[in-house]
Amino acid sequence: MQHPQLRPDGELRHLLSIDGLSREMIHRILDTASGFVGVSERDVKKVPLLRGKSVFNLFFENSTRTRTTFEIAAKRLAADVVNLNINTSSTSKGESLLDTIDNLAAMDADMFVVRHSQSGAPFMIAQHLNQMRGDAVSVINAGDGRHAHPTQGLLDMYTIRHFKGDFTRLRVAVVGDVLHSRVARSDIRALSILGVPDLRVIGPLTLVPEGIDSMGARAYTDMREGLRDVDVIIMLRLQNERMRGALLPSAQEYFKQYGLTREKLALASPDAIVMHPGPMNRGVEIESAVADSPQAVILDQVRFGIAVRMAVMSMLGAHRE
Amino acid sequence: MRVSIRNGRLIDPVAGRDRQEDLHIAGGRIVGAGAVPAGFEAERTIDATGLWVLPGLVDLAARLREPGHEYMATLDTELDAALAGGITALCCPPDTDPPLDEPGLVEMLKHRARLLDGARVYPLGALSVGLRGEVITEMGELSDAGCVGFAQPNRMVEDLQLLMRAMQYAHTFGHTVWLQPRDSSIGRDGVAHAGPVASKLGLSAVPVIAETIALNTIFDLVRETGCRVHLCRVSSAAGVELIRRAKAEGLPVSADVAVHHLHLVDRDIGHFDSHYRVDPPFRSHGDRDALRAGVRDGTIDVICSDHTPVDDDAKHLPFGEAEPGVTGLELLLPLTLKWAKEDGIDPADALRRVTVEPARVAGIETGTLGAGALADICLYAPEERWLVGRDTLRSQSVHTPYLGLEVVGRVRQVLVGGRIVGAD
Repeated sequence: MQHPQLRPDGELRHLLSIDGLSREMIHRILDTASGFVGVSERDVKKVPLLRGKSVFNLFFENSTRTRTTFEIAAKRLAADVVNLNINTSSTSKGESLLDTIDNLAAMDADMFVVRHSQSGAPFMIAQHLNQMRGDAVSVINAGDGRHAHPTQGLLDMYTIRHFKGDFTRLRVAVVGDVLHSRVARSDIRALSILGVPDLRVIGPLTLVPEGIDSMGARAYTDMREGLRDVDVIIMLRLQNERMRGALLPSAQEYFKQYGLTREKLALASPDAIVMHPGPMNRGVEIESAVADSPQAVILDQVRFGIAVRMAVMSMLGAHRE
Repeated sequence: MRVSIRNGRLIDPVAGRDRQEDLHIAGGRIVGAGAVPAGFEAERTIDATGLWVLPGLVDLAARLREPGHEYMATLDTELDAALAGGITALCCPPDTDPPLDEPGLVEMLKHRARLLDGARVYPLGALSVGLRGEVITEMGELSDAGCVGFAQPNRMVEDLQLLMRAMQYAHTFGHTVWLQPRDSSIGRDGVAHAGPVASKLGLSAVPVIAETIALNTIFDLVRETGCRVHLCRVSSAAGVELIRRAKAEGLPVSADVAVHHLHLVDRDIGHFDSHYRVDPPFRSHGDRDALRAGVRDGTIDVICSDHTPVDDDAKHLPFGEAEPGVTGLELLLPLTLKWAKEDGIDPADALRRVTVEPARVAGIETGTLGAGALADICLYAPEERWLVGRDTLRSQSVHTPYLGLEVVGRVRQVLVGGRIVGAD
């Protein structure tokens, strides 16, 4: 089955998930992004590739951070940006999701950046737009439920490539709440496509999804064992609502078992980098001393994130000339 | 009216008969097959050349959406769809709004169905008032009103003491209790089979143990109470195996599977296609194969449509928010025979699972072509190809994974009680 994010010629029509991207395509996006990294350091931070285009940030779930990075990326490409926060989580709203999309598409949107609490929502939107409007509108998935956060996955790959170069020799550990994490799913898929030979997830059995091995990762429940000799550590955010309840007894106990401390970090390769998609819970999944250490590349991730999003937007926009 | 159906291929799963033969009907009943009985003169002759002449199908699970969900479907549309699918008798689960928990509602439903003059409708009464799992319903009154069993659809009741009492009470009067083996807490919010597909797509999962825990509990309660239980919508290999053992032990249980579960698996969800959002969820290839084996060896007695019409608004939603259920009345027969063909099963054998076996489970008189039987008959064109779509389906809902696909085999004509009904 052709992936709905690809055009018949294999080029990107939407960006919905890492799944469905080839290794070459991922590298091409990262190469394009590297051309944009310098833009942010210039006096005039604009590359007017999307001049006259309208980008609609459509956030059905709140996220100031991600929305802002998309907004900055779009503005640096000289696009017009419209931000819409639509706080609905169920069907009880007056207007259906697809009605909302049709209305906005009628306002000549060129690109939708969509975040939604339901896995797969951007797929439904993209398929609907393909049907109604052909090639006219692109969708970028800015995070859907537990499923995917492809631009985060790509910026994480950019960061790893920047600091480590070759993916095919790396040991990478993803630590924490993999079960609920779209970042983890996108990272794991990307790392696997890029040929990382030793891919690990670390967490308690309540937070590791069933069949993780079929995604190409090996599960560790002992963090010390899992971190041994790794080159990259990707820490995941633990959502507040998970800290108390049936999945985990308490934040304190979680930190003791799975929090990244200097002592645990010492088990990794000496030049290992520490990543985190943010926002961090200091003292829950990561110790401040680690978060602020030279090994942490968390702010680099944010910086590269703008460039990667510019790359994706410019590539999607390029096909509409 | 006296009717002769000529030149058709007569398949009667009860008699194990499968040959070209004429069928003669008088007074709403079958009077004989083969040569014209002495003194019989047909007022009407139907030429069934090239067609299969089958007992009308009996569907154990067809949601008609009345009362309460008329925006999704109505009795008119769905009984019409039943006839288009060759179904002449159907059981409707009590999960309407309000649920079928009092005799007045059941009488109204029966009355409305009779006026429409289509398939015979056999309601299932609610096992507990409001299906809330707190108070037992008036089973005697409901039975008098026409209920053929008492069901707690979709999920097990949390209060097992209530369930045990309800089963004891039902058993006192010889009623069958219909339960869907799904634990009420494990996989509570799940929308997909727990496995690599759900993990990859980030969908909340329903593990197989939600089914096996419920089955083990039900079997314990059957041992304790002696109540006959019909198990609705089995979905897993482990579930089939538990039922096989329970039957070997001699427990009074029967089971059904939804016909789409014999064909589809979780991988078919693809890119979050909400047409595949069903309850219980599609499981793995291994589960599907075990369900097929279970039907073949009789562990699973019945194949049903689990017809659940859903309107566009409730289906055009992200997978996890979309309402579960597919339209199925018009696909039950073609998909059953598709399974039979794929697994090399004799059509007469396969047809047992949609005719005489469901009739036995529901305790209703139909499902055979023997002399003296009710003339509920379906004429079927086994090679006719048709495209499943808005203009070909009679049901108000078109939401099925088969939407847009070609299906082989279509019902041409249906007789209920010897009368030609719903004909084109």
